[in-house]
Amino acid sequence: MYLSKRNRSGILMIAVCLLLTACGVRFDMQDQPRYKAYKKSEFFADKRASRDFPEGTVPRGQLRDNKAFFTGQIENPNPNAVVQTTTDPSGNTLVSSFPNAIDEFPIPVSKELIDRGQDRYNIYCIVCHGPVGAGDGMIVRRGFVKPPTYHDDRLRNAPVGHFYDVISNGWGRMSGYAAKIQPVDRWAIVAYIRALQVSQDPDRALKMNTSPGAEAPKTTADKPATTEGGKTQ
Amino acid sequence: MAQVFNKSANNIARISMVMVVVLAGTAFYAYTQIARSSYLTGRYVEKQQPVQFSHKHHVGDDGIDCRYCHTTVETTASAGMPSTQTCMNCHSQIWADSPYLELVQKSFRENKPIEWQRVHDLPEYTYFNHSIHVAKGIGCSSCHGAIDNMPAVYQENTLQMEWCLACHREPEKFIRPKSEIFNMQWQDSDLSPADRDKLKADYKIRSKEMLTSCSVCHR
Repeated sequence: MYLSKRNRSGILMIAVCLLLTACGVRFDMQDQPRYKAYKKSEFFADKRASRDFPEGTVPRGQLRDNKAFFTGQIENPNPNAVVQTTTDPSGNTLVSSFPNAIDEFPIPVSKELIDRGQDRYNIYCIVCHGPVGAGDGMIVRRGFVKPPTYHDDRLRNAPVGHFYDVISNGWGRMSGYAAKIQPVDRWAIVAYIRALQVSQDPDRALKMNTSPGAEAPKTTADKPATTEGGKTQ
Repeated sequence: MAQVFNKSANNIARISMVMVVVLAGTAFYAYTQIARSSYLTGRYVEKQQPVQFSHKHHVGDDGIDCRYCHTTVETTASAGMPSTQTCMNCHSQIWADSPYLELVQKSFRENKPIEWQRVHDLPEYTYFNHSIHVAKGIGCSSCHGAIDNMPAVYQENTLQMEWCLACHREPEKFIRPKSEIFNMQWQDSDLSPADRDKLKADYKIRSKEMLTSCSVCHR
């Protein structure tokens, strides 16, 4: 049978297409050559398509210059300040002096903030610290070292900046939660911890005041996580 | 000239006409069933993961909130996969020397992510965002099923377009109060239809026509 050159190349193209299909090459839109969260990348050495910010860069509008709000520390903290520590029966190292922590909330404390704090506390903290902060959470019952209770004089008198610092950077066996909890949510949790402390000792007045110049956070990155118009869920 | 067709050809022709319709119908029905089968959709197929992580244990037994690990489910399109650090928050002490955790320890030591197998793999011509569903009152278990009872996670639903549309046409059948989004025990019957209609209004969920517009999911 005679085939023209054009026919022969046509048959070859069909054959190649069939072969590629058989080999599993898909020319469709199911898997597009673009990156989505957590996709694998062959381009980057660590194979992660989700990249960190390059070191030393600041995303627009997220310059964290409000030191009190973002670190919970006083304006000029003394890096060499000596803190007094003791060790409790579980082997936790406890601090009892807090030279660098701020003593006043850097944002206004409202009912909404405490409610948000309760919501976040019940996700991230309750697992170890327990529902009222007595250090009897489920993970402790499963064998994790018991954290100290919030309900002793040491932590009742501790400045709010100390709690913020521990949430952000961890302490002892507790890891830092900076990657999981936004700064404003950390302050919300601190406010809720104060509320818990009041709940277990209602006769004592606890310091819960806001610093005079405190404003509600301005940039979107500092606002409570929500999807509609800045309203706290 | 002799007859080409025997007299029986009349019946054969009639039966053939009926059979063509019956066979085509059967074939079409078979196609619709095969297209919805777990063989093609991956529904109910347990995925083997590099680490034998059990949601049944961590959610069902330990009562850890979904958001402890899936931190960004309320704010971004992706629900968020936990970093190895998240595992180590507890497993630095609990079961720290278990052979099941060897890969987790290795990942932590070498600072390399664990390569989890994706269970819910939407085609990339669809746009999906977790945060809007959570914000509008759709709970985890509505789509993901009883995760708190899954030792190995599988896909509870087909993830086919007809499944998406079933809810986009009648979201009021599936919405819950904000406080119950992460409640794995929630049943749609826990709320009366009237209350659900009210919730739909409160959430300002858009009309069926808007929600089923092509560009809502294909953008």
